[in-house]
Amino acid sequence: MSIVSLGIVRGLMSGALGAGLATGLTMLARSALGAPAWDAGQVTTIAVFVGVFFYLGGLGAFNYWLRWIAGRPDPEHASPPRPHWARYFSFDTNHKTIGVQYMVTSLLVIIIAGILQLIDRLETAQPGMQFLSTNTYNTLMSVHGISMLAAVLIGIAGMMNYVLPLMVGAKDMAFPRLNALSYWIVPPAVILLLVSLPTGGFDTGWTGYPPLSVKAPLGMQFMILAFYIVGWSSILGGVNFLTTIFKMRAPGMSLFRMPIFVWAVVATSVLQIIFTQFVGIAFLMVLLQRLLGLTYFDPNTGKVLLFQHLFWFYSHPAVYIFVLPGLGVISEVLPVFSRKPLFGYKAVAISSLGIAGGGALVWGHHMFAAGVESWLVVPFMFTTSLVAVPTGVKIFSWLATMWMGKIWLQTPMLFAISAIAVFLIGGITGVPQGIVPVDLYLTDTYWIVGHFHATLFGGFVFPAMAAIYFWFPKVTGRLMGERLGKLHWGLMTAGFLTTYMPMFWLGLNGMRRRVADYDPAMGLGPGNVVVTVGGFLIALSMLLFFINLTVSLRRGAPAPANPWGAHTLEWQVSSPPPEENFAAPPKVVGPPYGYGAPTAVHAVLSPEDDAGRKQG
Amino acid sequence: MAIPQDRHVEDRPAINRLGLWLFILSDGFLFVVLLTTRFYMQGVQRPAEVNQPLGLAISIVLLLSSLFAYRGETAAAYGDVKRFRRNILVTIGLGALFLAGVVIEWAEGFHFFPPQSTAYGTVFFTLTGFHAFHVVTGLLALVIILLPGQQKRLQSGNHWGVEAMVKYWHFVDVAWVFIFPTLYLVS
Repeated sequence: MSIVSLGIVRGLMSGALGAGLATGLTMLARSALGAPAWDAGQVTTIAVFVGVFFYLGGLGAFNYWLRWIAGRPDPEHASPPRPHWARYFSFDTNHKTIGVQYMVTSLLVIIIAGILQLIDRLETAQPGMQFLSTNTYNTLMSVHGISMLAAVLIGIAGMMNYVLPLMVGAKDMAFPRLNALSYWIVPPAVILLLVSLPTGGFDTGWTGYPPLSVKAPLGMQFMILAFYIVGWSSILGGVNFLTTIFKMRAPGMSLFRMPIFVWAVVATSVLQIIFTQFVGIAFLMVLLQRLLGLTYFDPNTGKVLLFQHLFWFYSHPAVYIFVLPGLGVISEVLPVFSRKPLFGYKAVAISSLGIAGGGALVWGHHMFAAGVESWLVVPFMFTTSLVAVPTGVKIFSWLATMWMGKIWLQTPMLFAISAIAVFLIGGITGVPQGIVPVDLYLTDTYWIVGHFHATLFGGFVFPAMAAIYFWFPKVTGRLMGERLGKLHWGLMTAGFLTTYMPMFWLGLNGMRRRVADYDPAMGLGPGNVVVTVGGFLIALSMLLFFINLTVSLRRGAPAPANPWGAHTLEWQVSSPPPEENFAAPPKVVGPPYGYGAPTAVHAVLSPEDDAGRKQG
Repeated sequence: MAIPQDRHVEDRPAINRLGLWLFILSDGFLFVVLLTTRFYMQGVQRPAEVNQPLGLAISIVLLLSSLFAYRGETAAAYGDVKRFRRNILVTIGLGALFLAGVVIEWAEGFHFFPPQSTAYGTVFFTLTGFHAFHVVTGLLALVIILLPGQQKRLQSGNHWGVEAMVKYWHFVDVAWVFIFPTLYLVS
């Protein structure tokens, strides 16, 4: 086969063509209207939108819909291309392909974003400016932030895509083509994030507050467009997941027989489809003010704080979008490796919704120091403290699940335990920030940086690693290396503690976040050196992880259908699962976590599926 | 333990409908944001130059278009292709008329409350602009279901495409029902 027949190659070629055409036509139109032909902002924005459409067209993303419009048959799945790997580079509608695509993209973005911050950490290890300019420092830091958040959104989409349809006993997602579209708009966003580096970067941090973001260089605009595109991917994904969960569960799977991960996806998806619009519009407003001169955030005719309200109205719930699937993974892994039912199943299920609901009402706590109306402050302090309750429910449930269990310390379990500890650190250090007087002291210091990295490591990174080690045998049909896995776990946990524990101390002692330089007289140098060393430890652990991943992929021992003895549906089919998951719908007959009772069964496969699994 | 009643694992129309409603819910929040923005930026202030009669006229046009869209959908459900085409064509005509009204509004708006220098202009052009974008996409959707390729599907009793596009058109209409008083009436 030729390389040009790959969807992604055709898509990129067509996208470049579209962007070029749009650039030319816009410039012609501008000069026809008597304006100077070149306006970097307007021309490139149009080029980006047109380019993305052309890219999707070249990729084949619209073929199904065009066939539908023409009234021709439009089957949801094409036969997978040959060779097998080619499907990962094409518009493939199978949810398992898409899950892997998302996860690999996420890991790639994590590598890039991680390297950017390591460069910055080398700079901040010592006071004074060593080898970066302040602008480069700011850009690297900002791109690191926004790329990592994109990576998390992509990563949770990967986990949810692969596992969710299997868990609920469905053949695929509710809308397989929409699902593929949601994935394929992500690569242009990643490219745009990278484009923002050579086009002047931006110095606003990931939050992009105006008025600075209105005045920032062209790079800002690419970041906004990238974020907007990822946002749409996230919204469409949420619609798809909710529909799948509520309409495509196997017979017998009542709501309270769904695995907790499915509950977590419900909460995440609700947040995604509602709140992403807020940040999308907020960023579009910045874009419109930059391009057309509208006055949303102009201090004279607009409201500067408007952006912060809209931004945090999404971006606080977004934190729960990031962590809820991860917390769901912990709830999946713990019962399997403790050989005990999940403690307080219903409370844990509902707590995901509680976190989602509570998290929607706390956005103002990001603005205590921003000059927000004073009557808003105390209610937000109260609601913020309240979110600790459903989160506490989860933590206690996990501890009680492990209590007196037969704990089997395989790599996924180790990562899950680390995740609980780290998430607890993140949660506890968050409560003081919710208290106004304390927050006024802590705001914009390294304390905040330590806090939210702890929540994201505990809520996404460690659980995602647990998820990869847990489901890798299912995805690839091979076991992952245990020894290297345990080494990865140890090094990553140590690296985390080395990096982020000193940050709390640094923050309390006055180390500001987002600064390239600091006063040597403050005595913060040694602490910063430790942070930098820790950052490289994490990078080293990730290197071990990637080695483990590639080696296991090629030489890992063949995995049985159910290597961990788990009860949920994805483990009842062969590894890797058949193309259409289940030949006939399985029957769900019991709760998902009946571990410890020898006769407990969650689901029964149809006879043909059962036969298929025994062969596979 | 008794197994709960079997249900259809794949009920396509129900799946499609839920998906559409969730999308509309999400898209609806776009207008929630913009309407909130209007009050946050401007309170209930409104310049005297806002053309209320024109606003009322295009509101009526848009509401009427929804009525014809509904008639078209019902005709499609009963397999009456001729009546379906006639009603949807009227819907498209009324939608285009609405857009023409918005263009006149915009021309006046640029004169009286330019978006680059007044807060009201900014919210007015954002709200009507985003809504007009939805009207344009809705019109495209309506044109698509009139294409010849769709007729065969209608005759075979599958009118999901019509139902979806018409629901979206109603949504665009309902959004305007909130936008009209917000921009034209409150003060």
